[in-house]
Amino acid sequence: MATEPLQSLLQQAFPDATELSVEDRTGGGDHFQVTVATPRFNELPLLEQHRLVNEALAAPLRDGTIHELRIKTKGTE
Amino acid sequence: MSELRERIQDVIENEPVALFMKGTPQLVMCGNSDRALRALREAGSPVTAVDILANPAIRQELSAISGWPTIPQVFVKGELVGGADIVEELAADGELERTLADKLGADYRASAAERTVSLLTPA
Repeated sequence: MATEPLQSLLQQAFPDATELSVEDRTGGGDHFQVTVATPRFNELPLLEQHRLVNEALAAPLRDGTIHELRIKTKGTE
Repeated sequence: MSELRERIQDVIENEPVALFMKGTPQLVMCGNSDRALRALREAGSPVTAVDILANPAIRQELSAISGWPTIPQVFVKGELVGGADIVEELAADGELERTLADKLGADYRASAAERTVSLLTPA
């Protein structure tokens, strides 16, 4: 899978993101590093921040198109 | 509730630190499982490992229990801490050690053994 479909899933889930990137770590289209910064994360525990990212990517996680996912989340404060 | 689910729940609830991973600590089969294991080891944590590759049903049941889609998953005293990224991030700023000390007692390192349990054979 290319990075664009993941990028658009994240954009839909986090329309107010100040930083949003998807990197194909190996070039193979199944190991991704995603980074999301949004004010929504400011007061949220790390576990819940990651949970929201996982939820945004639930479909590609479930069907196996994402084999390995690394997540970096940030607030904006 | 299935017998397998009961055994998974038993590990989560009764082991001080449970690590559901791909492979075993002796033969890690995935980069993220390796990162989580390393972070726990560096924090001096006890580790009870479960190899989810032993049976596909383990992963299904585990994610149904935890609501967490990816592997590895780390639990401390029955509570989901997170996957590799979270555990690594918490370890980097000392938060993991504080959590372990809070939940397991300040001397948690003293009894920090590493073991692997199989869910496929009845205890």
